[in-house]
Amino acid sequence: MMGTGKTLLEVRGLTANVAGVPILKGIDLVVREGEIHAIMGPNGSGKSTFAKVLAGHPAYEVTGGTVLFEGRDLLTLPPEERARAGIFLGFQYPVEIPGVTNSAFLRLAYNTVHSARGKDELDPLEFDDFIREKMKLLEMDPAFLDRSVNEGFSGGEKKRNEILQLAALEPKLAILDETDSGLDIDALRVVANGVNGLLRPDNAFVLVTHYQRLLNYIVPHYVHVMQGGRIIKTGGKELALELENRGYDWVVDEYKSVTA
Amino acid sequence: MSSVLEQLVNKPYEHGFRTDIEAETAPKGLSEDTIRLISSKKNEPEWLLEFRLKAYRHWLTMEEPRWPNVKYPKIDFQDIHYYSAPKAKKKQSMDEVDPELLRTFEKLGVPMNERAKLAGVAVDVIFDSVSVATTYKEKLAKVGIIFCSISEAVHNHPDLVRQYMGSVVPPGDNYYAALNSAVFTDGSFVFIPRGVKCPMELSTYFRINTEESGQFERTLIIAEEDAAVSYLEGCTAPKFDTNQLHAAVVELVALDRADIKYSTVQNWYAGDEKGVGGIYNFVTKRGLCKGVSSKISWTQVETGSAITWKYPSCVLLGDNSIGEFYSVALTNHHQQADTGTKMVHLGKNTRSTIVSKGISAGQSNNSYRGLVKIGSKAGGARNYSQCDSMLIGSRCAANTFPYIQVNNPTAIVEHEATTSKIGEDQLFYFRQRGIGTEEAVSMIINGFCKDVFQQLPMEFAVEATKLLGLKLEGSVG
Repeated sequence: MMGTGKTLLEVRGLTANVAGVPILKGIDLVVREGEIHAIMGPNGSGKSTFAKVLAGHPAYEVTGGTVLFEGRDLLTLPPEERARAGIFLGFQYPVEIPGVTNSAFLRLAYNTVHSARGKDELDPLEFDDFIREKMKLLEMDPAFLDRSVNEGFSGGEKKRNEILQLAALEPKLAILDETDSGLDIDALRVVANGVNGLLRPDNAFVLVTHYQRLLNYIVPHYVHVMQGGRIIKTGGKELALELENRGYDWVVDEYKSVTA
Repeated sequence: MSSVLEQLVNKPYEHGFRTDIEAETAPKGLSEDTIRLISSKKNEPEWLLEFRLKAYRHWLTMEEPRWPNVKYPKIDFQDIHYYSAPKAKKKQSMDEVDPELLRTFEKLGVPMNERAKLAGVAVDVIFDSVSVATTYKEKLAKVGIIFCSISEAVHNHPDLVRQYMGSVVPPGDNYYAALNSAVFTDGSFVFIPRGVKCPMELSTYFRINTEESGQFERTLIIAEEDAAVSYLEGCTAPKFDTNQLHAAVVELVALDRADIKYSTVQNWYAGDEKGVGGIYNFVTKRGLCKGVSSKISWTQVETGSAITWKYPSCVLLGDNSIGEFYSVALTNHHQQADTGTKMVHLGKNTRSTIVSKGISAGQSNNSYRGLVKIGSKAGGARNYSQCDSMLIGSRCAANTFPYIQVNNPTAIVEHEATTSKIGEDQLFYFRQRGIGTEEAVSMIINGFCKDVFQQLPMEFAVEATKLLGLKLEGSVG
């Protein structure tokens, strides 16, 4: 295990509601630079909600707890400020934006985020060179740039497009929400290679996933099991394999016996 | 989210200033005497007075249309000034124009003088129904193009006016067309002779300045065989708490293989956020593709007016003629729009395309109403219609009323319609990528309207894009 890098994200006792219904019931999590965390758990355990709450989705109401990002109170920032500060959410269901080309969208996002971090903006020609280089790594056809954002994309293309945005925006903390769902094995490999290539000593990944499959390609430092809006067990990469073999029930039983 | 979205559509109206210019205004009210007064003020020939009186008498027998999907109190036609003109004589050159008026147009961003020369746009300016100045007249005259106010055309080219005026929109066509035919005070006249492609964009800016005055302008554009012209119109008005009536008539005539492109950016004052004041924009626009292989293309960006009621239409009489309608209609606050087109296919192998984009925000109501009619002799006629609506927030409404009448079995008519909503998830996607709400909405809207904006001349496209951004500021959230 690592655990020597600077603390990036510190979540303490986080609770949140959707439409008045409590979903997150007290989450604690610390993510340091250079780490990959996997958050696993059955459907409805609150994994995706946790990801969206970190990114600031307005449909979720935080009711308690604290979230610090590089020591800064994240919960008071609107979503765009969080993105500029270095938080990236890879969406489970990326939305389609008809009539807006991928290149225009990517460039605006790139320039907004990078200029907020004190870097120079890129003009369309410079950006074209920059983004084509990134697309090569993800084995993406440059024709993607001229298509409308996610419109008519296959499930795999949408997810690849998310990773392309991740590559372009260079976040400190990337939260990938079920990025592996709906991917065939080739796409999974490409996406995983992309993520592995983007890990640096000064950034971190949180992978929200239902299946162990993705973790064959991206090896996490920590695996967390979520259930009922809480993280009920944390272990190393071997925990994922155990979950694959034995299911989630034993973890839940173990948790119940401890808390009973 | 409604708060952010709402702030975004609530940008104040920029053109709401009123210019202090002495105007000669006829007393309120409508009667045969009013019409005789207008006609004599303008020194009109007897036939035109007869045209007006006939229209007026017909109008008296007509009922105000109640079928549009809009609501407004009954208009008191006796409470309107039917003639208002900036005082002083018609000017010969721009230098002689009242500087106050020039400043007005400066504020509006109307390209005139040097700027007009740079932009290569010839401008006719209609101020409270009266044409103030037409630039570039001499240059255009060298190639035989006539571009002047309709009053001048009545005096200098009476045969053309008499031949074509009312030939596309007959005086009794509908309630507001009849009213316009009775009381119109000015407008633009364009004549492109055989074989001439107009070397520059022709442009008219309309401005209503006087409270309680109606604006009834009339535009007539004739393109002879193999001629081509692109014509732009822009409209603004000051802010008043009362409603002003704008009832214009536009007639286009395209002879064999002629091509007329007519673009509008309409930004009349729309009333305040509570729905007080604003222009009633009740307009009849129609083009006649009279000759074979002629083409008429309407592009409109409708963002203003309290109520918009207009259907720029094409009558495709010549074989192989083409009609097009590209429209963006944006409504916000309490604005109401019932707009669309009519494509009437009479000739063989006639083709028409309709692309309509409606955007509703606030508590507005936005309806597309379109008729595609294929006559019994229009073998091989084709139409393609696409009507997309976008909703911003949850208190607005969008409606689509397509009417299709096909009387020839070889015709092909296609209609597609979609409704979408700028949703929380779409906005969150942008924001998660660091892009703020305003920029996100503007990007989504421009993407939505792209097919229409592509049809606009370059400068207009830029203006339209900016305008939509301003109009929507504060509406998303």
